[in-house]
Order: sequence, then C-alpha cells, then structure tokens
Amino acid sequence: MVKTTHPRKIIIEPVTRVEGHGKVTILLDEHRKVQQARLHIVEFRGFERFIQGRPYWEVPVLVQRLCGICPVSHHLAAAKAMDLIAGVDQLPPTAEKMRRLMHYGQMFQSHALHFFHLVSPDLLFGFDADPAIRNVIGVARQFPHLAVQGVMMRKYGQELIKATAGKKIHGTGAIPGGINKNLSIAERDEFLKDLDQMLKWSRESVALAKEYTVTHLKELVDFGSFESNHFGLVRKDGAMDLYHGNLRAITADGQKIFDQVDYQTYADYLAEEVKPWSYMKFPFIQSLGPDRGWYRVGPLARINTCDFIDTPEAEGARQELMALTQGKPNNITMAYHWARMIELLHSIEKIKDLLHDPDLQGVELRAQGRTRRSHAVGMIEAPRGTLIHDYEVNEQDQVTRCNLIVSTTHNNTPMNRAVEKVARDFLSGTEVTEGLLNRIEVAIRAYDPCLSCATHAMGRMPLTVEIQDAQGIRVHRRTRGVDPDV
Amino acid sequence: MSKRLLILGYGNPGGLDDGLGPACVEALRSFDLPDVTLESDYQLTVEDAALAAEHEVVVFVDATVAGPEPFDFFEVQPAETLSFSSHVVEPGAVITLAESLFGARIHAFTLAIRGYQFNEFGEYLSQQARNNLAAAVQFLAPLARSHTLPTALKPKARMN
Repeated sequence: MVKTTHPRKIIIEPVTRVEGHGKVTILLDEHRKVQQARLHIVEFRGFERFIQGRPYWEVPVLVQRLCGICPVSHHLAAAKAMDLIAGVDQLPPTAEKMRRLMHYGQMFQSHALHFFHLVSPDLLFGFDADPAIRNVIGVARQFPHLAVQGVMMRKYGQELIKATAGKKIHGTGAIPGGINKNLSIAERDEFLKDLDQMLKWSRESVALAKEYTVTHLKELVDFGSFESNHFGLVRKDGAMDLYHGNLRAITADGQKIFDQVDYQTYADYLAEEVKPWSYMKFPFIQSLGPDRGWYRVGPLARINTCDFIDTPEAEGARQELMALTQGKPNNITMAYHWARMIELLHSIEKIKDLLHDPDLQGVELRAQGRTRRSHAVGMIEAPRGTLIHDYEVNEQDQVTRCNLIVSTTHNNTPMNRAVEKVARDFLSGTEVTEGLLNRIEVAIRAYDPCLSCATHAMGRMPLTVEIQDAQGIRVHRRTRGVDPDV
Repeated sequence: MSKRLLILGYGNPGGLDDGLGPACVEALRSFDLPDVTLESDYQLTVEDAALAAEHEVVVFVDATVAGPEPFDFFEVQPAETLSFSSHVVEPGAVITLAESLFGARIHAFTLAIRGYQFNEFGEYLSQQARNNLAAAVQFLAPLARSHTLPTALKPKARMN
C-alpha cells in the first residue's frame, strides 16, 4: 500500500503595508518543500459596468474613483484616450506641460510616500525587526528628519496636483483636448520657494537607496530575484518619458523584442492569460507566449528599457545603477527601490524645468477636435508601471466598452515569482515565522503593488496569518491589530 | 498660530457608502462655520499629519462597516504603531505623527458614520446611509459652529 502525504497549504493574508489587501498561499509537496506560491489579489470589480453609458468627457473624472493613491494616473491615461476620441492629436503647449507638471507631481509624491513610509522601515531596521517598531512611526521616533522629509516631499507633490488638477477628490484638470487652467505666477512662485530643498532631499534619497543596495548587495542580489523581460514606454530617441512615448520590450539580457510600437496597437503585441486560481489576469508578450512572454513594468523596468534619462542628475544616477550589472538590464528585485529614487530625482528635475517654462502661464488651454474617433487608447507610465486605458464610444458619445490594464496586473507574474523565490529560500517547516512573513512582504513591496482600493472603511483591514492543511483545516493562525469592536 | 478646527472626511465617493466621509464634509459646506477647515480625500495619508498639526482640534469623518447606528463619536487616542498599512493610515497614527514630527498637541475625535454597501462601484449612498449622514451632520454642525466640540463629550465616551 502506498502511503500518501497530502500537500499542505500555508496562507498569509493580507500583505501589510501595500494598498488594499492580498493573500499569499504557499503549497507544499509531500516532502514539505515549496511546490508553488501564489499571490491572490482582490480586485475592485465592476468598473466596466459602472462606466458604460457615461458620456466620454466625464471619464477622466470618473476613473479617479479607481484608486485613492494614484487617481492622477488614471485621470491622465483616460484624458489621453479621450483627446483622441474628441479628435485631438496635438495639445496646445500649455495644456501638455500642465499635464506633465501634474504627472511629475504625482510621481514625486507617490515615490516619496512609498520609499519613506513603506520601505524605509525595512531598510533602516532590517527585515527581522519587530513590526511594532518597523513602521513609519518607528522611523519618526528614531529618524525624525527622514520622516519629516518624507511627509514634506509628499505634501509638495500633492500641492502640485492640487494646483494643476483641482480638488483632491474631484480633480478636473485634464479635459478631452486640453486642460482647464494654467499655473499663475503666484502659484509658480510658491513652488519655487521649496524647490531647492526638494532637489536636495531627492539627491539624498538616491544616495540612501544606492548605499543600502550596494552595502547589502550580497544579500539582495538573490533576494526574490529572477531574470525577466522588461516593458515600458520610451521616447522616439530612446529617452525615458513617463508621460508619453512608444512601446519597447527587452529580454533579460537587453535584446529588443519590439521597439517604437504605437501604443494604439498594443493589443497586437500583448495578450492576457486567465488562471483559475486568480481574479487578476497574467499579461504576456504574444510573440513569446505565456510561459516566456511575461515581463516586469515600473521603475526598474523603465530604467532597463530606456537608453538614457534626459535630466542630468537622474542620468548620472542611472549610469551608476546600470554599472552594477555592467550595462546589462538589472534583474535584482530589490533594485526597484534605487530605480524608484532615480525617478524621484528625475521628476523633481522635470518639475524645475517646467516651473521655469513661461508656457505654463499660456492661455491657449484646449485644442479643437477634427475627426472624432470611436476607439482610442491612452497610455502613461504611472508610478507603479505602465497603465493602459482602452475605450470605445458610440455616436451618442457614450462609452460602450472599456478595458484597463493596470501596473499591478502587468507585474502579476513577477510578484508571484518573487514570492515563490522567497518561500523556497526561507520557509522551514510548516510554520509561517515572523521572518518569513516579513520577507514575503518585503519582496512584494518592491513592486509597490496596488492590490485594491476597494474600501478602506473602518473594520476592513485585518492582518491574519493562517496555515491550513490539505483539507482546509486551520493548523495555525496569527492575527494582529484587529479592532474587536468591528 | 494654530487654527481652531479641522474636519477631515475621507473615503471613495465611487465606492457607494465608502463615500460617507467626503459626503459629510460637502454637507457641512452649506453651514456657516467660521474658523473651521473642511477637507476631504480618498484616504488618510501621512501628510495629513502636517495639516492636522496646524489645528487645535481635528475631527476625522469616516464610514464604518459595523458599529452603532446612525453614527459613533469618540475621542482619538494617539496610536503607537500603524496597524496594517501606511496607505490606510488610521487617525491615531496621524495624531502621533503630528505630535512627534511637528510638536503639535491636538484634541482629536472620530465621527464614524455607519454604512452598509461597500463592494461595488457607484456614486450614491444607500438610503440607510443617507439617513445616518443626515443625523451625523445635524450632530456635528452645531458643535463645530459653537466652538464647543472639545467639551462635547468626556474622553472615550461614545455618543450615538
């Protein structure tokens, strides 16, 4: 008689300190070795139904409801699609530059928040530090200058968004074909007052991320790492462009898979695989197929895919990062943080250039459309990676179909790979130790995923760690921070 | 010099009753509330500590998935840790950050309005949530106008 040992499942949910919540399941084989790890992500579904039938000019405002952390990215991606729907191929300089200022403000505040308040506790206190200390309040107590820096950088970016997009919740800055306001001299001068401080802090942030990565390289080089393709938008001359560009995909060693592809045709190059265990799809490059065609997006992928950065200090920092891998693409998962800080510096350099550009005080805010379209794609490099908005609109100006591929979906396979790698390297026995949990969180946080902004309402965010056997019987459970009243 | 009162409503107006916080702030805009700062956002974030630090009293207004109807009102104690997510910062953490980073001393409260529908897109409130919102506004507006909010309840006392 053959004795069968059932595989065991270890479940961790939700992952702390990423937006929304997710669940990690680790499936063990009969030898109690990791067979597979899966990151389950709960998406906020029903948006397509919500938006169908709405007039196209409302869409840039409505899509901000998708995400409380990066509403500007959805706002701008939708506005870019609706420019084309309205028949506008070219925005007036004031409109495009105001949108860029909004976008760089968004990138700046998002990257600052992530680095100082999500990641810095891991880097400053170590992966094994007590979670009661390893958080932003711990940073505030022991490194108050860094915590203040993070808050003030985030605030600077948020104020830029307010000046360009309007109210935090009902931002209406970008409209089909343009923008609804310019930047006054008084507003500009307010931002110029703090600009040098923001530049200084950004330089220091790059230095901090670089120093951490280089100092801990031996530990980090293999941590949750793997070779992958990389995907993103680049300008026609190959420069990084976070607002607009053409598609480029490269292999793990830097060979171009495709380049300078008009993103209106993205569906000819990308496809999405559905897996029965996940609500979220798994995008891949069609020509390579689902097994070899998955790719990474976001700061590290953007640094890898571009030929250069067109602002001097960020370009210098990019060259230093690329030197780590002798100019070849960097596939170290934890290098995302260094890449993110390079983009932070790039964003504030761009903000500086824009604030000194008199076009921001121009009065031509909107272009007149010519030939209206019924189908258009808007694409942007959001803080977490490439964001695709794809719409069809009928003759009554109503949206009839929309398809969104968000950054976190692009990074679905890489995040699963990272979790699996960490689980294989650090799981011992069948217990989710604090050390394993921390490392899984650290690996996922490198991608800065937006798991779900479904609702943050009180009572919705428990942290539970649970181990189940093959029959689904709980054998171990750990919960922290749950309010017993809700 | 500190301003008197900040009322900060947060939640997603596209997430049905999750929008109760911003809806409350919008309703309060129709009242004459001198020296009161009204703000709303999708969620609390760390830079709200800087805004809170500019005020003597802060009222956080949020939807709640459970708890007393039509609302709960209670004092916020500084939180020692962030409970789950820095992207879902709790009011107590905002107060702690305001104190530790900016040296502020703030008297803070939470107005937790009971909601019922959260898991879909939709820019409207359920009928029960609208009723609860009306009661919450009726409660908060006179306190905010009369400068009596800090003495409206004893510490940790709950009103509903």
